[in-house]
Amino acid sequence: MQALSIHGLAKTYKNGVVALKGIDFDVAEGEFTALLGPNGAGKTTTIGIVTSLVNKTSGTVKVFDYDIDTHMDRAKSCIGLVPQEINFNQFEKPFDIVVNQAGFYGIPRKLAKQRAEKYLKQLSLWDKRDDISRNLSGGMKRRLMIARALVHEPRLLILDEPTAGVDIEIRRSMWDFLKKINKEGITIILTTHYLEEAENLCRRVAIIDHGEIIVQGRTRELLEKLRTETFVLNLRKPLAQLPPLDGYAVTQVDDTTLEVEVSKSQNINGLFELLSKDDVQVLSMRNKVNRLEELFVRLVEGKG
Amino acid sequence: MTASQLAENIGASRLRANYIGFQTIVIKEVVRVLRIWIQTLVPPAISMTLYFIIFGGLIGRRVGEMGGYSYMAYIAPGLIMMSVINNSYVNVVSSFFGSKFGHYIEELQVSPLPNYLIILGYMMGGVVRGILVAVLITIIALFFTRLHLVHPLITVSVVILTAVLFSLGGLINAIYAKKFDDVTIIPTFILTPLTYLGGVFYSIHLLPVFWQNVSRLDPILYMVSAFRYGILGVSDIGIGTAYAIILLFILGLFCISLWLLNRGVGLRS
Repeated sequence: MQALSIHGLAKTYKNGVVALKGIDFDVAEGEFTALLGPNGAGKTTTIGIVTSLVNKTSGTVKVFDYDIDTHMDRAKSCIGLVPQEINFNQFEKPFDIVVNQAGFYGIPRKLAKQRAEKYLKQLSLWDKRDDISRNLSGGMKRRLMIARALVHEPRLLILDEPTAGVDIEIRRSMWDFLKKINKEGITIILTTHYLEEAENLCRRVAIIDHGEIIVQGRTRELLEKLRTETFVLNLRKPLAQLPPLDGYAVTQVDDTTLEVEVSKSQNINGLFELLSKDDVQVLSMRNKVNRLEELFVRLVEGKG
Repeated sequence: MTASQLAENIGASRLRANYIGFQTIVIKEVVRVLRIWIQTLVPPAISMTLYFIIFGGLIGRRVGEMGGYSYMAYIAPGLIMMSVINNSYVNVVSSFFGSKFGHYIEELQVSPLPNYLIILGYMMGGVVRGILVAVLITIIALFFTRLHLVHPLITVSVVILTAVLFSLGGLINAIYAKKFDDVTIIPTFILTPLTYLGGVFYSIHLLPVFWQNVSRLDPILYMVSAFRYGILGVSDIGIGTAYAIILLFILGLFCISLWLLNRGVGLRS
């Protein structure tokens, strides 16, 4: 079954801005999918329409086969949303925020309290349950929104840049948590600017730009489409002059750093052989950007 | 289980879920009123005490009787009603606009709760505050004058219906409001003048015929008169007309609120 099925979805705002130009986007049940795109590409508009925060202009959206035009309440019951901006009453306590959200979904108060305890504990917020939410750190506020989104135990969790502005330690613990709940069966759609995050977490990726999905598919298969990768080489000794490295596009960044573009048809061993010939010793090597980022930039900037 | 039984079960559970959702909004709103009692309950108590002292006590002594009652006794129902109108309106307008401004209205928008229950939930918050304030001002009034309560059922029903009406008015104001100024414009420039001209401090029979007829266009006159009839047994307006006007306004405002929320006015882009 498709957790989310979007066909011909278009949105033109009142000011004439065309945010979506008839996109098709499907997410199978149990998937972990990233929706990537530059700012203003249409990611948040898409999520807004699915969660009924934005009116669509045309097209169809189905959530677990429930059409949002005819069975909006059923579709909404299946979705948990973690929005980009903080959107809870910052003068309320985390426990009350989560319990009330459960109530809006029709969960009896006793069960709502049990669930609130479960998710606040899982997201390490139980100690903060009676604090005023305004006083929580940025990372805690994001985790609170995840707890709130999960309290009615949705089948589809949509996260709009959940780790924006969160330090790396908390980001990694959030990744582990998301992986865990995905394994338990929750379908997850994630938008993010951290492409490392998408590459690590998501089995599928869709890239949206100027209101159109320009590519979607399995992350691994898309990465295989990358024709070139850029590596950064750190050299042991300073290099006075760049040796001839026939066939490789090499740029000397400084006297101990080289950047090399290696295409799929080339062999990286060949590069090392040429460097060894000229007694250039490589201390370490890394990708200039992560592979998904490279793919993203090439697709969005039309470099193929 | 047959298909019809299944459909019936789904319908029943949806009904129960909706009831829990509605109950959650009401609890949340009532807790809000009680949590910020210094902002919600104390100010009307202070301002109405001053009204009783200045208008009822100091000026009222020189005015003499009105409608067969002392001026203090005559204005007491009007002042209680004025508090109910202001507080039920302001409660919903500030709470709903606050949730829009802080974006936590989205908690309700993404939930499966139908819009009519969202309206009723916020409305109940306004009604509860209106009733709490009415009780508070009535207690204060008893320090200044004797209130007879001639028709208790009319008194209570008019308070509740008035609170319902102005809670819905506050909700519509909040739906359209884009900034904090928009929240204060209606109470300051429309509600307060209509309240003062709605017979809180005088009987419209004191006015020339032309202004009596103009006053009859003010819906607040009907509520104040009906409430005064409930307490004192005197009214400027027929009680049946008053109920009809109030119910008509409630129906109209509820339909407008529902239409606005269904269309997502002020909420969905």
